[in-house]
Amino acid sequence: MTNNQKREWKLAFSAAFPHTLPVMTGFLVLGIAYGVLMQTKGYGILWAVLMSAIAFCGSMQFLAITLLTVAFNPVQAFLISLMVNARHLFYGIALLEKYKGLGKARAFLIYTLCDETFSITSSVNPPEGISKKYFYLSISLLDYVYWVFGTFLGGVIGQFMDFQIEGLDFALTALFVVLFMEQMKEKKHHLPGIIGVGATLLALFIFGSDQLVIPAMLMILAILLIGRKKRCT
Amino acid sequence: MYLTPVETVVMILAIAAGTMITRFIPFLLFPEDKKPPAVINYLGEVLPAAMMGLLVVYCLKDISPLQVPYALPEVLAILGIVFLHKWKGNVLLSIGGGTLFYMCLIQWMR
Repeated sequence: MTNNQKREWKLAFSAAFPHTLPVMTGFLVLGIAYGVLMQTKGYGILWAVLMSAIAFCGSMQFLAITLLTVAFNPVQAFLISLMVNARHLFYGIALLEKYKGLGKARAFLIYTLCDETFSITSSVNPPEGISKKYFYLSISLLDYVYWVFGTFLGGVIGQFMDFQIEGLDFALTALFVVLFMEQMKEKKHHLPGIIGVGATLLALFIFGSDQLVIPAMLMILAILLIGRKKRCT
Repeated sequence: MYLTPVETVVMILAIAAGTMITRFIPFLLFPEDKKPPAVINYLGEVLPAAMMGLLVVYCLKDISPLQVPYALPEVLAILGIVFLHKWKGNVLLSIGGGTLFYMCLIQWMR
């Protein structure tokens, strides 16, 4: 790496870091909780960290704890993982433009594209004069490290004690609320934002809290597409 | 540990494969050097706000408004966040303040 590149990295990293602080709070807490839970099921640090580092899929990892304690069935695990994570399809579509022209870095950005990284990346633009590539890489890398490191800490702590700081994981809810408000600042995002909330609430009432994501996504998609047709004609 | 080490590795890979398919598909279907259809551009424009709305509701899906404390900590904390954010407009302050407020609320309201 040349000196110039190093400087660009440093600048982008310092610009990106503050945006990831809420994720740091939430991921450390949840990552620790995950490591502790895995520990209680007899899966030590190595397994918890491997899962976090390779699969890197938050809520699915919690679900997978159950799958690791019943009869071996990887096909079922694969299919559940596809469905629980289907929302990533929409994140990808939304970030096609922002992740353009980033070369090899793109593969890493896509590999680590989670809810939290998506919410920051889609709401924030790199400041003037900051490398777009290094800025997005810093956000993704930091969020990834928080999660894997949190898991590791949980594995360590889980051996000794019961870890709990109640309510700290609300930082992630707060992150989504604030970034939702940031999106809603633009008038053209008002309707999509309301559709997102409305459709998900409807899905929650109809399908219950365990399987609301896919129905909600389908409703959002349908309403947005109908809305587009109306707008065009 | 319920599964053997080899079985556990296979499980991790199966879960990772399912996840990565959902992450990579859009980028494989619409490569950078080809212009995506107009409808995809439109979706890219409107999906972030809609999905952020989904995530907010998703985070709150397990609260129960009919049982003590009637989802009050969540509702009050979110109102606090909205107020703080309208007032100061500082993302970190709103998130940090809202989280601390929530932590106090669940202590008081049990």
